[in-house]
Amino acid sequence: MTKLLEARGLTAFYGDFQALFGIDLSVDIGETLAIIGANGAGKSTFLRTITGLRPARGQDIRFDGKQIAGLAPEHIHRMGLSMVPEGRRLFPSLSVEDNLLIGASGGRTGQWTLDEVLKLFPALTERRHHGGAELSGGQQQMVAIGRALMSNPKLLLCDEISLGLAPKVVREIYAAIPLIRERGTALVVIEQDIQQALKVADRVYCFQEGRVTLSGTPSDLSLAQIKQAYFGTEVA
Amino acid sequence: MDILNLLIQGTLLGGLYALFAAGLALMFGVMRFINIAHGDFIVVSAYLLLVAVLTLGLHPLVGIALVTGLMAGAGYLGQRVLLNRVLDEDILPPVLVTFGLSIILQNALMEGFSADSQRVPAGGFDTASLSLGSEIAIGLLPLSMFLAAIGVLGVLHWIFFHTHLGRLLRATADDAAIVPLMGASNAHTFALATGIASAVVAIAGTMLAMKTNFDPTIGPSRLLFAFEAVIIGGLGNIWGVLAGGIILGVAQAIGAQIDAGFQILAGHIAFLVVLALRPRGLFAKS
Ligand SMILES: Nc1ncnc2c1ncn2[C@@H]1O[C@H](COP(=O)(O)OP(=O)(O)O)[C@@H](O)[C@H]1O
Ligand SMILES: [Mg+2]
Repeated sequence: MTKLLEARGLTAFYGDFQALFGIDLSVDIGETLAIIGANGAGKSTFLRTITGLRPARGQDIRFDGKQIAGLAPEHIHRMGLSMVPEGRRLFPSLSVEDNLLIGASGGRTGQWTLDEVLKLFPALTERRHHGGAELSGGQQQMVAIGRALMSNPKLLLCDEISLGLAPKVVREIYAAIPLIRERGTALVVIEQDIQQALKVADRVYCFQEGRVTLSGTPSDLSLAQIKQAYFGTEVA
Repeated sequence: MDILNLLIQGTLLGGLYALFAAGLALMFGVMRFINIAHGDFIVVSAYLLLVAVLTLGLHPLVGIALVTGLMAGAGYLGQRVLLNRVLDEDILPPVLVTFGLSIILQNALMEGFSADSQRVPAGGFDTASLSLGSEIAIGLLPLSMFLAAIGVLGVLHWIFFHTHLGRLLRATADDAAIVPLMGASNAHTFALATGIASAVVAIAGTMLAMKTNFDPTIGPSRLLFAFEAVIIGGLGNIWGVLAGGIILGVAQAIGAQIDAGFQILAGHIAFLVVLALRPRGLFAKS
């Protein structure tokens, strides 16, 4: 029993449109997983289904040994599954500090406190009383990650945390990942930048049109294989 | 002196209107819920105080506390059990449901209490006044209502900006869909918002009961005053409803001075003027 998360045959629909076709995916305790795939491959839908934001009644999703399919998102969150949503989704009328504190609404205590998050992202300290909208994109992403950490998750899901950020800022954000791992938190990172994904992850899954087309450790996978799985066509 | 007197009386009345408006603004702000039965809940609170004081023989203050607790609990449960089901992206279903509720409440009150106009005696307090000079007399009841209104708005301000619940309510107003990812249940937060709004409604309704005559049909016009105060003040600002209430109250006081039949109309005119000049209200968030 070393599996922290295990989804079997996961499907998802938007009305008549099927977005996921039987996803099998597992995350080990303490592991960092990357999910790559083109726009529209179903990566965000997968995370939304796992977290309970999208209905999953009757499906098979085990987290920390318990069946979570069909539970309310706040219940799943309180079991230790937290997400940094796509597009950051900070609360615009809350200060940086309030945005962080609200992440702890589920009442899970542990190593991550307001002070620890500010230590992880020192740039936020002097802006803690500012509104979220006054921050740079990178700082907003730091708040979104910090907010998710405030619930002391066992598993942290990060949906495209580098989207729209300059390379230097992306490096700054990714520098935090080892420090989060160090504390025993497992991660699932959705990333469009394949190089970045290979660098950070223990294992990589590639999604294409709602299916897993490839999975393995970065050293096992060749770039040609990944491109094939990513785009679905033979790349010369 | 006459003008000063009008301003004072209108301002004091405005406190009551601010209380009418606060609950409405809170529910709309947090969950885009337009409660058409808002005015009828104010009237229900007035009747509950009537029962507490005249039937049960309780002291008015004890009655107010009781009605406030009762309404808060009923508001929480009503939201949790009934109204949460009609909350969606679409703002129309809550309007329809609470419109129906409004009619049901009016009929039930008519059945239970008849159409007779009622008033809750406040034990002589309602006629006592402070005189300032020879021409201005401030009624103790309107004055304490105004102070209570400030107190209630102060408590709301404190809840919103200095408690965890307030943080949650502000976040829910911003982006309710993502709040469950913070570990908080939307259903519970919505119900708490309605519970708080209902407590404010209860305070407003019990004050109304002591201040003027009421009957089962006056709910919709209280709803209208509440809407006008909210829109004059601008949504999304707790103290905006106080300004809105006072502007409405002063306009009505001036109107009444010109002609008794002109009181309500003057309030509507003030509302339309503000709406024309500042469509988003005087203190709207950008
Ligand atoms: N709210 C929605 N309504 C309808 N279709 C959607 C919605 N969200 C996503 N989709 C569709 O589902 C598929 C997967 O989308 P998504 O999970 O966002 O992909 P990714 O995150 O990999 O870019 C896409 O075809 C997308 O158009
Ligand atoms: Mg996505």
